[in-house]
Amino acid sequence: MGFVSVWFLLFCAAAVLLYYVLPKKWQWPLLLIASCAFYASYDLRYFGFIAVTTVSVYFAACKISQLRAKQNAYLQEHPELGKDEKKAYKAKTKKKTWAWLISCLLLNFGILFALKYINFFIGNINAIISIFSESKIPTFDKLLLPLGISYYTFKTAGYIIDVYFGRYEAEKNVFKVALFTSFFPTLLNGPIDRFPLTAPSLFGEHSWDEKRARFALQRILWGYFKKVVIADRLVVAVITIVSDPEKYPGVMVAFGALLYAAELYCDFTGGIDITIGVANLFGVEVSENFLRPFFSKNIAEYWRRWHITLGTWFKDYTFYPLCTAKPVMKLTKFFKNKFGAGAAKRVPIYVASIVLWFGTGAWHGASWNFILWGMGNCFVILVSQELTPLYKRFHAKHPDIDNKWYYKTMCIVRTNAIMCCLRLFDCYKDVPTTFKAFGSMFTKPSFNMLNGNTLLNLGLSAADYAIAFAGILLIFAVSMIQRRGSVREMIDKKGFAFRLAVFALLFAVIIVFGAYGLGYDSNSFIYSKF
Amino acid sequence: MRSKVILRVLICVTVFVLLFICLQRLLMPKYTREAEEGRLTAEYYGSDKNHDVLFIGDCEVYENISPVALWREYGISSYVRGSPQQLIWHSYYMLEDALRYETPEIVVFNVLSMKYGEPQNEAYNRLALDGMRLSSTKINAIKASMKSEESLMSYIFPILRFHSRWNELNSDDFKYMFCSPPQLSVAGYLMRVDCRPLTTDPPVGHQLMDYSFADICWEYLEKIRTLCEENGAKLVLMKAPTVAPYWYAEWDAQIIEYAQKHGLAYYNFLNSVAEIGIDYTADTYDEGQHLNVWGAEKLSSYFGKELVSLGAPDRRGKADYEQSWAKLCERYDRIKQYQTDILEQTGTITGFPVPD
Repeated sequence: MGFVSVWFLLFCAAAVLLYYVLPKKWQWPLLLIASCAFYASYDLRYFGFIAVTTVSVYFAACKISQLRAKQNAYLQEHPELGKDEKKAYKAKTKKKTWAWLISCLLLNFGILFALKYINFFIGNINAIISIFSESKIPTFDKLLLPLGISYYTFKTAGYIIDVYFGRYEAEKNVFKVALFTSFFPTLLNGPIDRFPLTAPSLFGEHSWDEKRARFALQRILWGYFKKVVIADRLVVAVITIVSDPEKYPGVMVAFGALLYAAELYCDFTGGIDITIGVANLFGVEVSENFLRPFFSKNIAEYWRRWHITLGTWFKDYTFYPLCTAKPVMKLTKFFKNKFGAGAAKRVPIYVASIVLWFGTGAWHGASWNFILWGMGNCFVILVSQELTPLYKRFHAKHPDIDNKWYYKTMCIVRTNAIMCCLRLFDCYKDVPTTFKAFGSMFTKPSFNMLNGNTLLNLGLSAADYAIAFAGILLIFAVSMIQRRGSVREMIDKKGFAFRLAVFALLFAVIIVFGAYGLGYDSNSFIYSKF
Repeated sequence: MRSKVILRVLICVTVFVLLFICLQRLLMPKYTREAEEGRLTAEYYGSDKNHDVLFIGDCEVYENISPVALWREYGISSYVRGSPQQLIWHSYYMLEDALRYETPEIVVFNVLSMKYGEPQNEAYNRLALDGMRLSSTKINAIKASMKSEESLMSYIFPILRFHSRWNELNSDDFKYMFCSPPQLSVAGYLMRVDCRPLTTDPPVGHQLMDYSFADICWEYLEKIRTLCEENGAKLVLMKAPTVAPYWYAEWDAQIIEYAQKHGLAYYNFLNSVAEIGIDYTADTYDEGQHLNVWGAEKLSSYFGKELVSLGAPDRRGKADYEQSWAKLCERYDRIKQYQTDILEQTGTITGFPVPD
């Protein structure tokens, strides 16, 4: 039951109806039942994995909370204890909570590793072994990859780490943890939500709110528009180009990268729009994952605006802890003694950035393409940081240039050009092919290929290009308007008839111009594979 | 305030439903310029449901049996519920659907589809099923017919399949958005008056590895037989006298055995070509694959005698039958004349032209 199916719409309609008809205390249990049903519609075998994650995280978080409560109670009951005794007692408790945290993380990331990365890992070991001998470690043929495993593993890992650091108390109800882990709109594309942000609305009681429902439905429609009218239309041409790099070199690689940028954006943001819209129908608030990323003026900004919840997860749970981790501090000290303060101050940032981007790359997929894609991003960001003095000098010479439209445009174009190049890792089947395709843009530009004949042989008709182009223009226009405020609020102020006309039109466009049905795989979201 | 909200919700739902219906009606193929046979299934619902004999099967019935000829000569009230490459499960559900409206005395099933043990082509499923009225029978028919890449919902809401026709729309799509195109068949029969003779020897089939029919075909044949029995209809099996696709003797033997086992009448008209008087140089419009109207009338005349002997009643002289069949006969003659005129003027006929 993918997002793009009549069954999903009927399922949501039935769930919403029951949600507001049943007594309010039954609302969150109903969401849990709906989430289980949604999950079961994919594969019953997935249940075991998500259940293990839920129970282990629930149990470990409760244990950590209990240990900390016990520690606080003990310290309160024994005010006579000296500073050193208190410290020793706290250290003992910390050791235990640390053990619970690490065991839980090892278990859950172990499952993720075993299912998602084991074959990649074995493949690399085999490549090394092959240098010395002919023997090979066998890979696993039929590994299950439970739906949303990367999302719910990271989401629950964030939860237990926060509980460990005492940011909030552990949830005492295992079923509430189960709902947080498996809330069905977030299983396919995320976002990677934080417990304290979602919990109040997820477990709270909600009355029907016409405006909220209206906005939610509008958001869902907008998501479907992006997904089925644009993303699923463009994917045909993208696949044609990237699956035959010999036939489509040079300028066609660039063209494919541009199409892929539009496809990826519409696919992912479309999926997130549907997710947020559906969650809002139940009164549940989930995090925004995008903030018009294609308007970013540099890569760091781009990553603050693209897949925001993944970026903040890595920042909060790897980057910052690593920057202050003891081994990194030691390394910093070592660098300070050997190479001076200038080099030393870079150590924590470099180490944390490399780990962060390695992790981000690996999160996207078990292949060197994704890891190099991550490291590519890391490289660009670090180089950009190293060039900061140069930028500063330039801006000192041209103090007003930041406000000039041409400079802003140049920065935006530059950022998107770099991102398009980095995304080639995401498109082509392996690293050598990616480099070959990238290189062909300079060695074999083949500008003559950019003609009607070639373009119409990519699986898209002239009408398809026209629809995709018009759709992208519409998204661009909406993004421009969004800079001044909420488009839905603006439409809402225009009155009922106008609203109805706009959304009836959008509905008709999706129904008629959507690239779905026989021959299309509309239920495949790029980010649901990650 | 609350009533205002309810009113708004109702308006919204109405607008979206109407929009959906209008788009669906616009984008559904009208089958006026190509694959005209796609109109056959829906046309049944417009007929008077007073048929004593119901033919089910593929083009071997809807192009070879003329109900008007049966009426004129024997007073048999019949209808052909056929569709292109109608598979046996299509036939079963067509029959089940027809039995919701009427109970014929005799059901004639053309056995050629026994050779197909699995869905062949989505297009044929569409031609057979899209015209069927929504019912549990249709749902079951869809489930039985769908190929793995198809979805049930796209049959219930065909716009999900045909939405991409937006760039193929023609004037007929708008003209027949809310009304049916002119009746294509006469009681389910599709007429062709032209002739393309068979000038060579009839084709002979290649040797097969296995001549046994698929289990699923036997299962559905049994279901058809049981359904007829439950509804008091006599099941008759037939094989039309067309030379292609080739009908193997081994297949025939299996049908004979089944018919004997269950006491059913089975007519393989390939064995009676001379007796019927079919001349493949004059009575076919595509070298023996389908009969033209002259061949169909000969076959109907011959088969009519058998149907009478099987108990098909003569309804001539009964006012309600006379009334409905008079209209059909008149239309039949008009189509015949219309096609004859086209043939004289242009020398060729394509599709199944009918006057407006």
